[in-house]
Amino acid sequence: MIRAEGITKRFGRVAAVRDVSFELAKGGSMALWGSNGAGKTTLIRCLLGVMRFQGAAAIGGVDVRRCGRTARSLVGYVPQELAFHDDARLGASMMFFAGLRRAGAGAAAASLEMVGLRGHEHKRVRDLSGGMKQRLALAIAMLSDPPVIVLDEPTSNLDAAGRGEIVEALRGLRKKGKTLLFASHRPDEVIGLADQVLVMERGAVERRTTPAELWPSAKGVQVVRLHLAMATEQAAAQALREAGHAVHLNGHGLCVAVARDRKAAPIHALARANIEVRDLEVLEDVTMPEAES
Amino acid sequence: MSAVPQTVAIESNPRRRSYAGGALAFARREFRDAMSSRWFLLYTMAFSALAVAVSFMSLSGAGSQGFAGFGRTTAGLLNLIMLIVPLMALIAGAGTIAGERERGTLLYLLAQPVSRTQVILGKYLGLALALVCSLCIGFGVSAGALAWRAGGVGLGSYATLVGMTCALALAMLAVGTLVSAMSRRTGVATGVALFVWLALVFLSDLGLMAGSILFKLRVQEVFGLGALNPLQAFKMSVIVSMNASLDVLGPAGVYASQAFGEGLPWLLGSVIGAWTIVPLAVAVGAFARRGSV
Repeated sequence: MIRAEGITKRFGRVAAVRDVSFELAKGGSMALWGSNGAGKTTLIRCLLGVMRFQGAAAIGGVDVRRCGRTARSLVGYVPQELAFHDDARLGASMMFFAGLRRAGAGAAAASLEMVGLRGHEHKRVRDLSGGMKQRLALAIAMLSDPPVIVLDEPTSNLDAAGRGEIVEALRGLRKKGKTLLFASHRPDEVIGLADQVLVMERGAVERRTTPAELWPSAKGVQVVRLHLAMATEQAAAQALREAGHAVHLNGHGLCVAVARDRKAAPIHALARANIEVRDLEVLEDVTMPEAES
Repeated sequence: MSAVPQTVAIESNPRRRSYAGGALAFARREFRDAMSSRWFLLYTMAFSALAVAVSFMSLSGAGSQGFAGFGRTTAGLLNLIMLIVPLMALIAGAGTIAGERERGTLLYLLAQPVSRTQVILGKYLGLALALVCSLCIGFGVSAGALAWRAGGVGLGSYATLVGMTCALALAMLAVGTLVSAMSRRTGVATGVALFVWLALVFLSDLGLMAGSILFKLRVQEVFGLGALNPLQAFKMSVIVSMNASLDVLGPAGVYASQAFGEGLPWLLGSVIGAWTIVPLAVAVGAFARRGSV
C-alpha cells in the first residue's frame, strides 16, 4: 500500500532523509522511531508529496510525485499539532475539509461522532483543548474513509487520557483494515499499534524491526533518561543503538525505552564504550498494551 | 470515544474529483474569512469615507450641481483610487500564502487531496471577490452621497469607473499574491508589497521624469514606459472612458490619442489585464515548483 524507494531529501547541503526505502502492505502498521531530527517528519512530508524529493514513492500504486492529488486522496493525515485557523468554528472547519475531500455532511457528522466531537460544532478551534484538536485532526483524516492513515507524533502534546483516546481510535481503525504509518516516541504506542518499526537516525534507516525485537520483555517497558556529559551524547546514542536499544535523543537528554527488569542494561552498554553515566531517572512506567497481531 | 462508524462516505474513484471544486472550496473559505476580518472592515470604511469626502469636496469646490459635477468628482476619486486601491489589494495579496505558511497551516492544507495551483487560485478568487465587494460598498456609499447632493449620478460613467477600479484591484492583488507565494514570512511579504506600491505610485513617475530628461526620450517612448505602469494605464483608461481628451496629460497624451485612436482603451485594458495574468501565472508556477512547504 505504501512503497518508498531511495527517498532522499536535502535542505541545501544537509540531507534530512537519505536513501530511505521500505514497503508497507495493505492493512499493515509501521512506526517510525528515532531521535528528534532523525528525518521522520520529513519522510512523512515526502510521502505525502508536499515536498520535492529524489527517489520514488507510491501510495496504493499511485505515484506521489506525478499524481500527488490522487495519492493524497488515499491518505488521511494527522499532524503533530493541528495547525488551523483559530477563529474558525469546528463545524465550519469540518465542512471546509469535507469539501476538499469530496465528502458530504453525513460523512462529516459521522467522523465527528467517531472521535466524540459531535455537539461541539459551534465551538471555535481556539477554544478546543489539545486533545480535542487532535481528535478533530483524526476526524478530518477519516472524512473520506481513506485506506491509509499517516500520523506524525499524534499524541506528543496530549496527556495520558488524551493519548489513550487517540490510541484507542487508531486501534479501531486498524481493526477495520486501515494501513497505518506513524511517527512516535512512545513505546506503548509502538507496541500497541505497530507490527513493524523503522528505526531512523540522521536521515537514514538504521534497521527495520518489530516491537517484539525492540522490547522483548513481557514485563513492561520503562523510559529512562540518562544524564551524560553533553559531548558524549551522540556517541552514547550510537553505542546504545548498536547494543539494540531503542534510543530517543532530544534537547533534554538521552532517553532509552527498556524492559522494566533491564534498566541497568544501557548503563552496562555505555560502560563498555567508556561513557560515564552521571545519573538516571525513570520518566515513565509504560503499561504494556496488548500487541497487535 | 465511540466505535468507528460504519457510515462514512467512501470516495470510490478519486480521479473523478472536480478540479474546480477544490479551488472553489478555498475561494469560499477565503471570502468568508476576509469578510469577517478586521482589514476588510477597515479598508471598506476608510475607502467609503474617503470616497464620500472626495465627492463632496469636488462638488462643493466647483459650486456646481447635477451631472456636470460628476466629471470633477471622478477626477477627485481617480487620485484617491490610485493611492488607496493598490495599497488595499497589494497588502491583502501579500498575506494570503505567506500568512498560511507562517501560521503553519499551509502544510496541512497541502496534505489534503488538492494541488498547489488549486490552493493559490482558490485563495486569489476568494480575496478578489472580497476586494470587489469592499470597493462596491465604498462606491455605493459614494454614489448615494452624490445622488443626494447632486441629484443624480451618470450611471454609465460611474459603472465604468467602478469596473476599471475592480480591474486595477485584481491586477494589484495578483502582484501581492506573487509576492506572498515567494515570501516565507508575512512581514517580509508586506514590506515588499509596500515597496511595490511606493514604486508604482511615486517612484515610477519620478523615474520616468528623470529618464526622459537624462536620456532625452521621445514622446512615444515616454508614453510606452508610462503605460507599462498599471496605475497610469488605469488613469488614462478612465480619462478616455469619460470621453475626455488625453491632451490633459501633455504631449504623451496627445501622441496616444493620435497614434492609437479608438484602440487606445483596448491597449490600456490589455496592460491592466497583463498585470493580472502574468503575475498570477508566475505566482502559480513559483508556488507549484517550490521544493518545500
